[in-house]
Amino acid sequence: MSPAAARKIEARHRPMVEVRHLSKIYAGGVEALNAISVDFPEGQLTSLLGPSGCGKTTLLKIIAGLIPATSGEVMVDGRPVTGPGPERAFVFQDFALMPWANVLRNVAFGLELKGVAQSEREAVAEKHIASVGLGGFEHAFPHELSGGMRQRVGLARALAVNAKVLLMDEPFSAVDEQTRRKFQEDLLELIAREHKTFLFVTHSIEEAVYVSDRIVILSKRPSQVSAIVEPEIGRGRDPDQIRRDSAYLDTVETIWQSLKRYLD
Amino acid sequence: MTIGNIRLPIMTSLIIWAILWEIVGRSGASFVIPPLSGIFARIVEIVPTPSFGEALWITGKAFVIGNVIAVLFGIPLGVLMGRSHIADRIFLPWVNLFLSAPLSALVPIIMVIFGAGQTTIIFTVVLFAIWIIVLDARAGVRSITPSLVEMALSFGATPWQAFSRIYVWAALPEILSGIRLGLIRAVKGVVIGQMLVSIIGFGRLFELYSSRFLMEHFWALLFVLFAFAFAINEALTWLERRFEYFASSRN
Ligand SMILES: Nc1ncnc2c1ncn2[C@@H]1O[C@H](COP(=O)(O)OP(=O)(O)OP(=O)(O)O)[C@@H](O)[C@H]1O
Ligand SMILES: [Mg+2]
Repeated sequence: MSPAAARKIEARHRPMVEVRHLSKIYAGGVEALNAISVDFPEGQLTSLLGPSGCGKTTLLKIIAGLIPATSGEVMVDGRPVTGPGPERAFVFQDFALMPWANVLRNVAFGLELKGVAQSEREAVAEKHIASVGLGGFEHAFPHELSGGMRQRVGLARALAVNAKVLLMDEPFSAVDEQTRRKFQEDLLELIAREHKTFLFVTHSIEEAVYVSDRIVILSKRPSQVSAIVEPEIGRGRDPDQIRRDSAYLDTVETIWQSLKRYLD
Repeated sequence: MTIGNIRLPIMTSLIIWAILWEIVGRSGASFVIPPLSGIFARIVEIVPTPSFGEALWITGKAFVIGNVIAVLFGIPLGVLMGRSHIADRIFLPWVNLFLSAPLSALVPIIMVIFGAGQTTIIFTVVLFAIWIIVLDARAGVRSITPSLVEMALSFGATPWQAFSRIYVWAALPEILSGIRLGLIRAVKGVVIGQMLVSIIGFGRLFELYSSRFLMEHFWALLFVLFAFAFAINEALTWLERRFEYFASSRN
């Protein structure tokens, strides 16, 4: 990316999440992140792509305030992260739903913890349940839902707290391919509708190119930023057309070439 | 159970043993074994008496209070041990020690501290019941999916919220089985406590009957207690099964 292009992005979108010289060394001595610095622009979906075990989950959890960094800092909306906060919400790879609670309570759980009154939080939850396409399943229990539906519950729960930043760790990896495509469409719609900043971890290059405004490619552990790609694919077209588009295919190929060297 | 190709009802073996007991009892082989029919007649006779009622009331009270204390302290301690390595290091050796120790031997010491009365018996019940509750709550918490805990923390749960809304529920199958096993141990605790204190509750009755060689009375009382322990176990097993789906859908 040329410096001029970089300036253009900075001007258009201020960084919502700033990661500065972040390092993480786990207790066992595993060095997951090595002085990594990266920005996540406001209102955009930025994907983290990198070889398995390179520290994507670690980075996301540090940004979420779930685990402490060894050194360096994370700023969200201009304030340093010291722990979890209401401006961030996490969507889990394994959904992390409470099996003893129905969909309504699961979705309202973030509000329940904040002490929002029951009728109020359930009204908010119902709205978001409907918006992820689960209307009518309010009183179903997680074990009665398919994997795809469970992740919709996880997404609705994250939306219900109205956080500015959504942290999603491989949210679609546990759902089947067809459901996944539908999810990607819904995600694009969501980004267009809600002015939120999305941090999205995925293993799929195609998925990253398809849904992202910006793709951060990480090197092997200990992670550093190896490249930043901005897929210039026209949105708002027919999905099948986009997937055949040469710009789309070229971007996938470029990323594949840069990731390939980390395979051994 | 089948013999040849004849299906026998489930109670058959019980009936055979009962008949055998009756025969031995009637033969007068030993005064320790009175005929079974006599014992059942005694049950019907003893149960409505005020002394039985009073013993049951006192025993029940010690049993319930002791178990409530064991649950109220046992579950938080178990959860704490399941979450914190330091707490685990500090308490686990003691919990394991008390779990396998012959606790009856400690009752005389408790008696020295609390005197020969109800307090000693309540304390004995706690001592018998609490360790398995702690250990099972700990095991339950250790099997919680880590992301469920992270989920609660990421939404800003306080430690109390995490305890009361996640840990206790996610570990409920193990906690319930701990409570069930604790209750069974508590039955032992309350009986042993009363036997050793021997001036209140069923302990006093046992003391009374055995010192006067009233074997029918003695057995009648024992049968009633066995029936209680069995009923408690069955009720909790039923409850546990209702919550079992948690365990299977936890991940
Ligand atoms: N709690 C932990 N203790 C010690 N090492 C850990 C811990 N969590 C992760 N690691 C190690 O840190 C490195 C980065 O892990 P992380 O889960 O962040 O990678 P990832 O990029 O998300 O991997 P994947 O693509 O497989 O999801 C790995 O080598 C992993 O083994
Ligand atoms: Mg990961």
